Amino acid sequence: MHGKALPYLLLMPATLFLCIFFLYPFALVAFEAVTRDGAFTLDNFRTMAGSWKFPVTVRNTVLLAAIVVPIQLTMALLMASVVSRLETGRGAALYVFAIPLGISDLAAGLIWLAIFDQSGFLNTLLSSLGVIDRPVMFLGYQSKLTIFIAVALAEIWRATAIMMVILVAGMGLIPKEYYEAAEVFGASPWQRFVRVTLPLLRPSLQTAIILRVILAFEVFAVVAALGGTNLPVLMGETYNWQFTLQDRNVAAASALLILAISIAFTLFFLRVLRVPKEARI
Amino acid sequence: MSAVAETPVAAVADARKAGDWLLIATAILLGVWVLLPIYLLIVNALSSPDQVTAFPKRFFPSFDLGSLSFFINFAGVARALWNSVLVATLTMILAICFGAPAGYALSRFDFPGKGSFRFLVLMTRAFPLPLLALPLAVMFIRTGLDDTAIGLALVHTTLALPFAVLITFSLFSGIPVELEEAAWTLGCTRWQAFRKVILPLALPGIAASAVFAFTISWNEVFAAAVLTIENRTLTAFLLQSLGESPLYLKFAGGAALVVPALIFIFAVRKYLFAMWGIAYR
Repeated sequence: MHGKALPYLLLMPATLFLCIFFLYPFALVAFEAVTRDGAFTLDNFRTMAGSWKFPVTVRNTVLLAAIVVPIQLTMALLMASVVSRLETGRGAALYVFAIPLGISDLAAGLIWLAIFDQSGFLNTLLSSLGVIDRPVMFLGYQSKLTIFIAVALAEIWRATAIMMVILVAGMGLIPKEYYEAAEVFGASPWQRFVRVTLPLLRPSLQTAIILRVILAFEVFAVVAALGGTNLPVLMGETYNWQFTLQDRNVAAASALLILAISIAFTLFFLRVLRVPKEARI
Repeated sequence: MSAVAETPVAAVADARKAGDWLLIATAILLGVWVLLPIYLLIVNALSSPDQVTAFPKRFFPSFDLGSLSFFINFAGVARALWNSVLVATLTMILAICFGAPAGYALSRFDFPGKGSFRFLVLMTRAFPLPLLALPLAVMFIRTGLDDTAIGLALVHTTLALPFAVLITFSLFSGIPVELEEAAWTLGCTRWQAFRKVILPLALPGIAASAVFAFTISWNEVFAAAVLTIENRTLTAFLLQSLGESPLYLKFAGGAALVVPALIFIFAVRKYLFAMWGIAYR
């Protein structure tokens, strides 16, 4: 009897915790989004979508994700390939590539602020090369494009590591014999990558992409540090609804929208990149 | 005869050598891409306030502690630092105390409901968890947990707990169950066997996942900014003073966030795969 109850006893704290602090607030946020003063209504969503900022906000967030994630995927694949092929210095390379994993998004924003600021390093470099006469304001309210580029670079810099680590782990699971066989049949390194690595890496790719896309829709502090209010994104607007505009029902509606987008993308990639059971290593 | 045989071998060796150089060059380039921005932030943090706002910039630090001492003495910073450490420590303790038993149960027992629990844990990854701070803000006001370190630590534990469960699961799975069984036959109770045999073996990994939980909390911005007012953590403090604080304060603050993170990642580098690679399978 004791033996049967033990696993449940061990799981209980974690389960209770997740019910109280994950499932319950999730239900609460959904409830707040569709009610106002206790009555069911869709007004919160109308208010949110009716704001003049809303279309810009959605466009910025989606565009940022659409540009950043594919670049990160490519870079993460490159980093993972380099790490798994290096013979000496492998551990060092892995540590260096993984560093941004431990860095806060706010800190990443501040790091790139040091580069893009008016008295920053990019201006110094450009003026010493004679490209510009006086410092350019990259992050002013009139230069939306450079703000966008700075945010995209900071995001690429910060969050590629997470994909890289997942992919390195995935590559480690591919049996060496597959590559030897491909080599015997005369496959070039590129062919080996496309025909052996990529298909067998599908489960890791799926995880990496899902995780990264969800995080991309959560972008917040990087934008706050670099663009302030000049580049509104969904998470920042949610924060605004909660604090500046003091309307937590609309904030909840906004949060629910982010949740919905995240879940939709998760399901999409689970389906598109699904791995049949019999094809798993 | 031998000359004919040698040429292709030499060509292959040449190609391989070129490939090696390309590999090393790529690794170095990617390393510079990761490290250079951090270096530039550190240069700013180790320069005097005048040098930080001056133009053009020097690419080497002057090792003037003006910015850093301004930062440390700035009203609220010391307290914010202390709060960050406190919240992160609480998160670390909560995540391990709830997560490790669950990880052990998953690795050692087969029982009905195991699949559902795993699903619950994995599901948390598909949600932008910091958003759940919004509904919790109200709940916390009702229960008196608002603006307290423990309240924020509870939310951060939601972020860290799934990792703690999955990391400890993979850790315990890597320790042969036979070791435990041997201890039982020698007269140990289940708890004694765990404490004397399993725990010493798992301790370094558990410590690494504790450090990881600490880092997650240390870096978190959104929930911290939503849930704290008086007792702001360092990230919340920096975020909320972005608008008015001078550049050198931002950069010194950024460095204060980054440097511990570098140490954390270095401390857990061996376990990165257990955390990300395996955690997501």
